[in-house]
Amino acid sequence: MSEETNDATQEISLDAAGARPLFQLSTMGKVGVGIVVFWIVVALIGPFFAPYHPADFVSDESYGPMSAENFLGTDYIGRDILSRVLHGARLTMSLSFLATILAFVVGIGLGFTAALSGPRIDMIISRIYDAFLSIPTIMLGLVVIAALGSSIPVLIVTAGLIYSCGLYRIARALALDIKVMDFVEAARARGEKLPWIIRREILPNAVVPLVAEFGLRLVFSILFISGLSFLGLGVQPPTADWGVMVRENLGGLYGGSPAALVPAAAIASLTVGINLIVDDFSAQRGQEIAEEMI
Amino acid sequence: MWLVVLRRLGMGVVTLWVVSVLVFAGTEILPGDVAEAILGQSATPEAVAAIREQLNLDRPAVVRYMDWLTNLLRGDLGISLAANLPISEMISGRLKNTLILAALTAALAVPLSLAMGLAAAMFPGGRIDRFVTVSTLFLLSVPEFFIAATLVLIFAVHLQWLPAITYATEYDSVWQLAKSLALPILTLTTSVIAHMARMTRAAILNVMTSPYVEMAILKGVPRRRIVLRHALLNAVGPVVNVVALNLAYLIGGVTIVETVFAYPGLARLMVDAVSRRDMPLVQACAMIFCSAYILLILIADLLAIFANPRLRHSKQ
Repeated sequence: MSEETNDATQEISLDAAGARPLFQLSTMGKVGVGIVVFWIVVALIGPFFAPYHPADFVSDESYGPMSAENFLGTDYIGRDILSRVLHGARLTMSLSFLATILAFVVGIGLGFTAALSGPRIDMIISRIYDAFLSIPTIMLGLVVIAALGSSIPVLIVTAGLIYSCGLYRIARALALDIKVMDFVEAARARGEKLPWIIRREILPNAVVPLVAEFGLRLVFSILFISGLSFLGLGVQPPTADWGVMVRENLGGLYGGSPAALVPAAAIASLTVGINLIVDDFSAQRGQEIAEEMI
Repeated sequence: MWLVVLRRLGMGVVTLWVVSVLVFAGTEILPGDVAEAILGQSATPEAVAAIREQLNLDRPAVVRYMDWLTNLLRGDLGISLAANLPISEMISGRLKNTLILAALTAALAVPLSLAMGLAAAMFPGGRIDRFVTVSTLFLLSVPEFFIAATLVLIFAVHLQWLPAITYATEYDSVWQLAKSLALPILTLTTSVIAHMARMTRAAILNVMTSPYVEMAILKGVPRRRIVLRHALLNAVGPVVNVVALNLAYLIGGVTIVETVFAYPGLARLMVDAVSRRDMPLVQACAMIFCSAYILLILIADLLAIFANPRLRHSKQ
């Protein structure tokens, strides 16, 4: 009986929240959404529109100029840059997306577990994370890749685990805050199990800060993975990946070829776009929570 | 107060020790055989045996760790697998180059970002504030190699003011040194300035909400005077903390920037070591960078303790 009333009130409050728009986008936010939607579309269907195969040598010229055949010019061995950027979108974006999902699952899972299952487990998990946080992220990445070599699963898991640190802290703090609230106490008193409490009582209350956090971690993952690819330690050539493309074409930069700038600008526009949305979102919702967390 | 400082120093030492365990474990405890992993497909039985001997792989990991740690404490960093040279020899010049880069960046970035943060905090929501928050958001989001590539195209290729590649650091004049390091320093500065200016702004705005500042506003004290005389002094602790934390961020930027500009620094040595899987060299470089990081964070915490009397007393 009490469970039914609880669910009913929750639904009413959710409906009330849904009645007004979740949040109003500012101009900058709309620009951000535009950029991100554009790249998502490119990642999904871009390869079909690519004029050439990303590995085809379409020109004898290295660093060929922009022309009608090669819209963005050609790279250091005469491959079409536009085709490679269109093909690279999918890999670059899906790698960081998967890493962020992993960071979320691990970070939030462990954060909630630490907050809800007693001081001893909390201390063990927190100390392990503290130890990892005392190493700069790029050093963690380099050490792991030195040991395991670079492959796509290694990249995703490394980035995912590194960025789960921040999410762990946030999720733990949120859960500790929400844990003491009456509705959670009530659920506990009813004899609900831990997973149920997390899913039905705590998660809905943590959605807003976590959405902003998702965007931020996505940006970090993109920068981290493309940074490693740029260093030659991430995705390996000849795969069309934005970070790899910047590295390959770096030599042409000094001769004035923008071949390295195009994929770098693609990454930059994507990360700026995501951050514009995150900034807008956190400015309007969950500002207090965001400040508390810092 | 000294008890608190001592405790914090002790924590620093413990952190350093934990990091040494992690670095060692990360590079040495591999699934399978380290020697074969290092050599990859070119593993002949003789080569594997040689590496096994060089790394003392027949002994248990704990013993190897203790040896490595005691040698490290005595300043013996071991011998590089790829170059077959003592690591301390390979590192000394590289470390100096990276420190020059970091020091010059700090000298440029710290005053600049403090000024930006202050100017933005002076009139929150005003024109300067909007410019600073939007431009730093942009700089914060883009990868370092994008900034570097843009700067190279503008200053080295089109304007031809500055050299794009930094081969060596031996120069006749300071001007020449400044010119050849200008692009790497500019790149690092732009990426570090964004964090620093934002955090400075936040630290000052945080103080601006306190009752005594409100009192000053109500008394009609000019805004500029409130920020510079009333708020800034109380924000010194957090701001110094911000500076130290951001210098620690430099470590990430340095790896990218040294690669873009072919700068002979420690970070590039480490990247090469990782791609050659030269484990002793990776370990040594990682320990140097991690120690620098821990040291900077330690300094940040200690400065915060000195600046804020409330932190000087232990909680127990």
